[in-house]
Amino acid sequence: MSLANSSRAPRLGRFERSALTGVLVREIVNFSSYWRSATFSSTVEPTIYLLAFGFGFGSLVSRIGGYDYVQFVGTGTVATAVLFSSAFPAMFGTFVKYQFQRTYDAILAAPVDTEELVTAEALWIATRAGVYGCVPMVVAIAFGLDPAWGMLTVPLIAWVAGFGWACFGIAVAGYAKSIENFSYVVSAVLTPLFLVAGTFFPLDKLPGWAQFLGNINPLHHCVELVRHAAFGWDGWTDVARLGALVVFGALVWRVAIHAMTRKLID
Amino acid sequence: MADLAIRLRGVVKRYGAITAVDGLDLDVPEGTCVGLLGPNGAGKSTTMRLLTAQAIADEGELEVLGFRLPDESKQARAQLGVSPQLDNLDVTLTVEQNLLVFAHLYRIGRAERRDAIERALVMAKLTDRRDSRVDKLSGGMRRRLLIARALVHRPRLVLLDEPTVGLDPQVRQELWALIDALRSEGTTILMSTHYIEEAQRLADTVLIMSHGKAVASGSPAALVTEHAGSAVLEVYGPPTRLVEVEAQAGAAGLRTRRTGTSVSILGVDGDNGLRIDGERRPANLEDVFVLLTGEEIG
Repeated sequence: MSLANSSRAPRLGRFERSALTGVLVREIVNFSSYWRSATFSSTVEPTIYLLAFGFGFGSLVSRIGGYDYVQFVGTGTVATAVLFSSAFPAMFGTFVKYQFQRTYDAILAAPVDTEELVTAEALWIATRAGVYGCVPMVVAIAFGLDPAWGMLTVPLIAWVAGFGWACFGIAVAGYAKSIENFSYVVSAVLTPLFLVAGTFFPLDKLPGWAQFLGNINPLHHCVELVRHAAFGWDGWTDVARLGALVVFGALVWRVAIHAMTRKLID
Repeated sequence: MADLAIRLRGVVKRYGAITAVDGLDLDVPEGTCVGLLGPNGAGKSTTMRLLTAQAIADEGELEVLGFRLPDESKQARAQLGVSPQLDNLDVTLTVEQNLLVFAHLYRIGRAERRDAIERALVMAKLTDRRDSRVDKLSGGMRRRLLIARALVHRPRLVLLDEPTVGLDPQVRQELWALIDALRSEGTTILMSTHYIEEAQRLADTVLIMSHGKAVASGSPAALVTEHAGSAVLEVYGPPTRLVEVEAQAGAAGLRTRRTGTSVSILGVDGDNGLRIDGERRPANLEDVFVLLTGEEIG
């Protein structure tokens, strides 16, 4: 291997697959050491919501919006699983990696730029969310939800939504001064969005302001898309919803890159 | 003249009101080992971060391996290995997994990856610990792994930021052997340290830094001869005695410095009429450092 003559190697591009691969390999190798706990928290919690609401409320309300309540919640909690397996690991994982483990210092000393680092991390979390997101649906199938071909798109929907929430989490970690600041975001942003997403009750009977909140809530679009994947598509409305998730993802992706550049490059 | 692996001119880096690097010029010729010597806060670590574009200079020109920073920094980083001051290994992974990750980050092709990892393991003398998790390693082993990780892609230039800080003297010796081996292979090294002995043993050229500036540079021996002469008289005694000694030396036109419980009189090379009892010792870099900066080190 001769590096001596390679000092005028071709100029390295802005977005390189090998840089993304390097960061992804690190995540995959690390995942082998903590997949149990990650899988546990990302799947058990939404499943508990599903069972608690599905059977708790389900004993009072048997049908809602034309669906069996367990199936309504079973499809809705896919979005919850996506949120829990993307925004939260992104917030805490990112903070730990730059603040305590200084992993990002090591990666940025290699031929990887912040933009590539953030993108690769978000891609990785989105992929996990795409898989974990399906768990509540699979559990719901075990409790009587009818399988449908449309459900095959759920990993993709979960992936797109997961990418956005991963970038959201990375951005929050990038702007946060301390890990305690996360509680503001969780209480003031994530919990309300989680509740007005149409996961546990439909939004169309709510006052106008709540419906408005629902429509700017990416989580709501994720809920609706998953439900339609299971029960039947809603034409252009669903295309628009997917578009909304893509736009959300693209915007917070840039915000996350900005936040992390500010944090990592002095 | 050999090509320069690193060339800095008038580099300034400010953090708010603090100027961490203040008009620094630095040349690291290819194939040499340059030591940045200075106390904590002298700007050594900031200089290291500037070289990987993890800090962006406010003023000045920076070139690493012929690439201009920060614009071409990624190219430079591809041929650069960095061992940071603060351990940032993945502690839940094994020794080998840590190297594997960096083999990917440094874009070593599949065909060469195995060999590159083996070579790094041998260099760090960690072949028999390849399957140990990092959090089970001793401090010295972790430090060796941290350096080996920076060498996995056979970089042309290696940045070692305080490579032996916080280690036992014996472990430090092992690391010196590792760095020396690297040096003899012709790898260019820029090393920051606040250990005088480390700079004296390993560096071809030492750059003394203080408050973000280079205050002197040269080979360790030349710096000592130029600034501190060859011999130093070390006088011990109670504080009142030390004050007298300082006065006597001053009257004889000699420079002194306090070293805890003693006074060192510098440049007592020949007979200069000084009639004071004390221990003669060769002058060292520490004398130079204190003389030039007025600061204690280490």
